[in-house]
Amino acid sequence: MEEKIIEYLSPIERKVLPNISENLSIEEISKKSGADNTTVLRAIDFLKNKNLVEVETKEKKVISLGINGVYYKKKGLPERKILDSLVEKKSIPLSEIKNVCEINESEVKASIGTLKKKCLLDIKEGKVILTASEQEAKKETFEEKLLKTLPRDLDDLQPEELFALELLKNRKEIVEINLAKSVNLKLTNLGKKIAQQDLSEELLEQVTSKIILSEGWKGKKFRKYDLQSQVPRLYGGKRHFVNQSVDYSKKIWLELGFKEMVGPMADSSFWIFDALFTPQDHQAREMQDTFFIKSIKAKLPDKKLVESVKKSHEVGVSGSKGWKYYWSSEISKKVVLRTHTTGISARTLASLKKEDLPAKYFILGKVFRNETVDWKHAIEFYQTEGIVIDENANFGHLLGYLKEFYKKMGFEKIKFVPSFFAYTEPSVEIQAWHPERKEWFELGGAGVFRPEVTEPLLGKPIPVLAWGQGFDRIIMDAYAIKDLRELYQNNIKQLREKPFWNK
Amino acid sequence: MATITVSKKEFDKNVKLSGDIGEKLMMAGLSYDTINENEIIFEITANRPDFLSAQGIFRHLNAYYGKEKGLKKYKIKNSGHKLLVDKSLPKEWPYAISCIVKNLKFDDSRIKEVIQIQEKLGSTLLRSRKKGGIGLYPLQGISFPVTIKGENPTKIRFRPLEFPKEISGLQILSQHPTGREYANICQDWEFFPIFVDAKEKIMSMPPIINSHELGKIDEKTTEVFIEATGPEYEVLKKAMNILVTSLANMGGEIYSMECIQQNKLKENIPNLQPEKMKISLENANKLIGLNLKEKDLQELLPKMGYDYTKGTVFVPAWRTDVLHEVDLIEDIAIAYGYDNLTPEIPKVATIGQESKIEKLKNKIGDILVGLDLLEVSSLHLNTKEEIKKTNYEFKDFVEIEQSKTEYNVLRIDLLTNSLKILSENSDSSYPQKIFETGTVFELDKSDKSETGVIEKERLCISLIDEKANFTELKRVLDYLFKMLGKSYSLQEIESTSFITGRVGSILIDNVEIGVMGEVHPRVLKNWGISFPVVSLELNIEKLM
Repeated sequence: MEEKIIEYLSPIERKVLPNISENLSIEEISKKSGADNTTVLRAIDFLKNKNLVEVETKEKKVISLGINGVYYKKKGLPERKILDSLVEKKSIPLSEIKNVCEINESEVKASIGTLKKKCLLDIKEGKVILTASEQEAKKETFEEKLLKTLPRDLDDLQPEELFALELLKNRKEIVEINLAKSVNLKLTNLGKKIAQQDLSEELLEQVTSKIILSEGWKGKKFRKYDLQSQVPRLYGGKRHFVNQSVDYSKKIWLELGFKEMVGPMADSSFWIFDALFTPQDHQAREMQDTFFIKSIKAKLPDKKLVESVKKSHEVGVSGSKGWKYYWSSEISKKVVLRTHTTGISARTLASLKKEDLPAKYFILGKVFRNETVDWKHAIEFYQTEGIVIDENANFGHLLGYLKEFYKKMGFEKIKFVPSFFAYTEPSVEIQAWHPERKEWFELGGAGVFRPEVTEPLLGKPIPVLAWGQGFDRIIMDAYAIKDLRELYQNNIKQLREKPFWNK
Repeated sequence: MATITVSKKEFDKNVKLSGDIGEKLMMAGLSYDTINENEIIFEITANRPDFLSAQGIFRHLNAYYGKEKGLKKYKIKNSGHKLLVDKSLPKEWPYAISCIVKNLKFDDSRIKEVIQIQEKLGSTLLRSRKKGGIGLYPLQGISFPVTIKGENPTKIRFRPLEFPKEISGLQILSQHPTGREYANICQDWEFFPIFVDAKEKIMSMPPIINSHELGKIDEKTTEVFIEATGPEYEVLKKAMNILVTSLANMGGEIYSMECIQQNKLKENIPNLQPEKMKISLENANKLIGLNLKEKDLQELLPKMGYDYTKGTVFVPAWRTDVLHEVDLIEDIAIAYGYDNLTPEIPKVATIGQESKIEKLKNKIGDILVGLDLLEVSSLHLNTKEEIKKTNYEFKDFVEIEQSKTEYNVLRIDLLTNSLKILSENSDSSYPQKIFETGTVFELDKSDKSETGVIEKERLCISLIDEKANFTELKRVLDYLFKMLGKSYSLQEIESTSFITGRVGSILIDNVEIGVMGEVHPRVLKNWGISFPVVSLELNIEKLM
């Protein structure tokens, strides 16, 4: 039995084992055996798996910094910012604290609460007023002092530090209390027996050229490996998971015979809105929804097209009544970050010649919204969209394409419900059945471009089938991601470990 | 998108639907957020402001599923009263119309319902009152004729709704909550509009606020005077039609008024004459992909609240979205039922094709992944501070107006985000080798480009490790170029972002396409990075 086990012992285990005795720390064992700490730890791990060593772990509590803690340690707590601003301004309207101190809403709440409790400030008539003396306000708080000293053992904390800890603990991700382990090693009976044996017998470790050529293995044994032992992790190079899924969708479009379109992300309002019959007073054209680029103006396309779009808006084309307002070319020149990829579809339509038809195009690209960012709102996200330009196309064909497209995307059970999009008529929303959540959810939108869109762009109202959808939700669903921000967070650890796109 | 909350009890009283109500609502073209035993929350799209009232929704569902097919008719009696629009009205707010509804029974929930319609019309169809305002007043207490005129805002004095005392028109904009909310509409006007009755009593200051004395509806109100004012006459009429027909559906009786505009145009309001529109059966069949007959149109159009005879559709006066025959055709498709349509892919052969630049990006990605590099994907927006951390002297930012986040400029390079990512990942094991392909932006100073912004496709690679160095990255670049069948040369340059003597331009045929070097420790410190980084960034268009 012992003999056999010895055959499995690696050189480092042989080195470490005889040096283990009770109450020796890892460092001491390392000194005695002449191997470094990491090697000793690895050897102990191996020995433990072979039941030669017992490892007793004791736990102690260690206070370390949370995500916000790391940030605050570097940049200062939000209440420091508030106090500093108050020392300077004496009073600040509550609603402006956020901007003046450059902190977010929840930080405002938490830190004003804390400061109020400490009677350093007060709120009167919607204004935050410094009630403490300047000197007092400038004094370093217990929390700040504590923060500087972290990480620490919980047991070492002084009473005022414990008080500060309690305050910080109640706030979001400033401190974390974790259990840290200390180990005590003991040889098992088997271990003791083996430790007394001669461990110096030469087992072969590595196959070398010499061993191969001179048959040096003859009459000797190779050390046996523990096949179950853990190996260091390996991370391969990898495409970003969003791009993997984008690529997947791209293949579907290509299989369906669509050509890829590319085009500018910063584009004129003409292409993003006007060419798509979006009236100039439409909500999407306001700064609170859309990113407008400061102080530049785009050039409009050829005069004939511009005149035709103007007419489409003002009095209508192709039998339409139009929106009946004065269309301004100046508004049309405003440059925006595209709110959808349909502006590129419009550009494509305008570039088509008669002999190009029928034609199918698609685009996959980022689009932008002026949003405040949270777990379900982002300022940019992926959209994909396709168009079919065909004299004989109809709404039934659109539904046919949709069915096929979404089947390929992995959505077998879908349904079509009436919907509204400003530049398509008829319009349809595609809903898919979520087999786990057991409910229908919105996948994308589609429709036939309005004649007010197609006549100016194509010269006559040829049917254009169009459909598109945001892509990020599908990715989130596939990777069980709950927070939209995670998509473009670029956490290297997560990216390394994230499985491949599996559809 | 606006939402409308309707009590389930009220809904069941007015619409008889059984089975899966949600499904039926959707198929009839109504989307909803919530259905439970207490309420239904509808999501109303911009094309159907007539659904902003529960009554409008009931009207539609009773035509679609019930027996009330075709154009709903409303009786209008003449009140004999007049509205006079005075020439002194501000030029920004030239039109006004009004009418009367009697025989109303207002309880608390009815008042709420009416206020909801008024508010939702104001925020959607009337674009936060910028395109008009609507007001309701108890009829009792108003002496006719009513006049709307312009007045110097400091001279206007009355007690606004729910306010303790009389104040001036100008004070309303700063002191009254509603005044503050809508002050942006009229604060620059020389004159403010006011409604006054025959006894010269101020009824309201549209589109801001009613007078407390003459403009407060309560449970005792049974007869109302309704006005709409604003810059676009047709929009006002639509809003009025939606509101009065809703009141009529609640049991009200409509009385018209003769409204005389500044240009002497007279019209009896409300005017519920349907608009006539031609429809071609052939076009409908061609667009939907069906083979409908004339008699089908006679059946389907009335399901959507239209009257139809021989190629002519009578469009309700409360519809705002029917601009073109296609709008009618969509309604025919909805009446037919989207679930009854047969999806069909036509046999039209086209050839798929990937864009060249996207193909190249993928190829580069594949090559670099083979070298164990990890692809990252970052946002197209940065803060100025971020860009300055990497690029000291940069100032030609492409700036965003009124960004809601701190990100207010377009990225000028990929290197900035690359360093940002490395700075945020000091807890991941080293070495870290990352790359990104993507678009960067530059202001066009030559004024040649169409959009004023030049967009370029770039590749950025960064390696970080205790011993990361130029040689390591040059090996990567060598491999990449070799795999792409291209060659390059390097030329030493000066750059504030990199270490002098360890930075060079990457050139193809003596044309500069990028830069490569060891990042300057000053830049690394800016980012809080404590290991050496070596990076390259180049335009990939030149690699095609």
